Amino acid sequence: MAAPSSAPPSSSPTMGDLFLGFLKIGLMGFGGVAAIARHVIVVEREWLSDEEYGKLLGLCQALPGANTVNVAVMLGDRFQGVIGALVSVVGIMAMPLTTLVAAATVYDHVAGHPLARLVLSGAAVSAAGMILGAAAKLLVRARPSPGGWICAAAAMVAVAGFEMPLPWTLACLAPLSLGFAAWSLRR
Amino acid sequence: MNGRLLLQIGWIFGSLSLISIGGANVLIPEIHRQVVETHAWLDSESFARLFAISLAAPGPNIMLASIIGWHLAGLPGLMVATVAILTPPSIMALFAGRGIRRWSETRGLQVLTAGLVPVALGLMLASGMVASRAAHVGVTGYAITGGVGLAVFCSKRNPLVWMGLGIIAFVLSQSF
Repeated sequence: MAAPSSAPPSSSPTMGDLFLGFLKIGLMGFGGVAAIARHVIVVEREWLSDEEYGKLLGLCQALPGANTVNVAVMLGDRFQGVIGALVSVVGIMAMPLTTLVAAATVYDHVAGHPLARLVLSGAAVSAAGMILGAAAKLLVRARPSPGGWICAAAAMVAVAGFEMPLPWTLACLAPLSLGFAAWSLRR
Repeated sequence: MNGRLLLQIGWIFGSLSLISIGGANVLIPEIHRQVVETHAWLDSESFARLFAISLAAPGPNIMLASIIGWHLAGLPGLMVATVAILTPPSIMALFAGRGIRRWSETRGLQVLTAGLVPVALGLMLASGMVASRAAHVGVTGYAITGGVGLAVFCSKRNPLVWMGLGIIAFVLSQSF
């Protein structure tokens, strides 16, 4: 069913629009780009409806790669083809990479200082907490089936507890989890 | 000069990018294994610090690869690591994006999401645990990870607020 609502708007964003839009998403995304990405794409630029964006993001969650980079690829390609995708990715990465180089340069200068080490170790354990909290939040929001919960727990225990390599863990659990999903979604 | 190192960096991040379902946050244990244990390019504490910088900086979480590339081989390392971790998933996204209008209503996509998302999130939980362990700061570190995790889980504030409080708590706890 090719819904007419999913056709691109009559005035597609230009290369410049795409670059600036994603530049802004990259620049503003302190502590995660997801919230600001939705704001720029849906509210500010009206490139997609809320529903279309949700659908796109849902697909990106099941694909490899950073979600917002995948969104940049898909929207860039939809409006301006492969070059548009490239421009959008360069846009979303430009400011973060510049900031990162600055931060890494500062780090290289202070890395030996005891206070800097202390602050960054504190930042590391806190950032680990950020990831745990975000993952737990997303997991609850995803409302997995009982089979999904089992697979999530197994993935966590295999990698964090038994230090299983990620490729093996995925090779064992992805088919199992897909099987559970197929079974619970039938009828 | 260090072409071999650049090739290794490109190979590691390029191949891991293919299994980074939901983003680089699921890759932290595997990157740690490769960079700290297999190749011994970094000690575990330095890995944890670079991870902290990459997460505190604005932008997508795949920048963990970028900053490790920078640390190992300067600007060329950063470029190689970033391009390597971005390119394979971007090509997949390109084709998936072109297919989405045909797939979005189908059961196949629902199954894919319902099947892969819980596993990806379980791996992300493991990433948080491994990252906390990598910092090597003992029980206090685990307590702060747990506290920040709980705060992020329960509140709607920007998580960086909790990260800032976590850093302050850690520095104070080590000063007395």
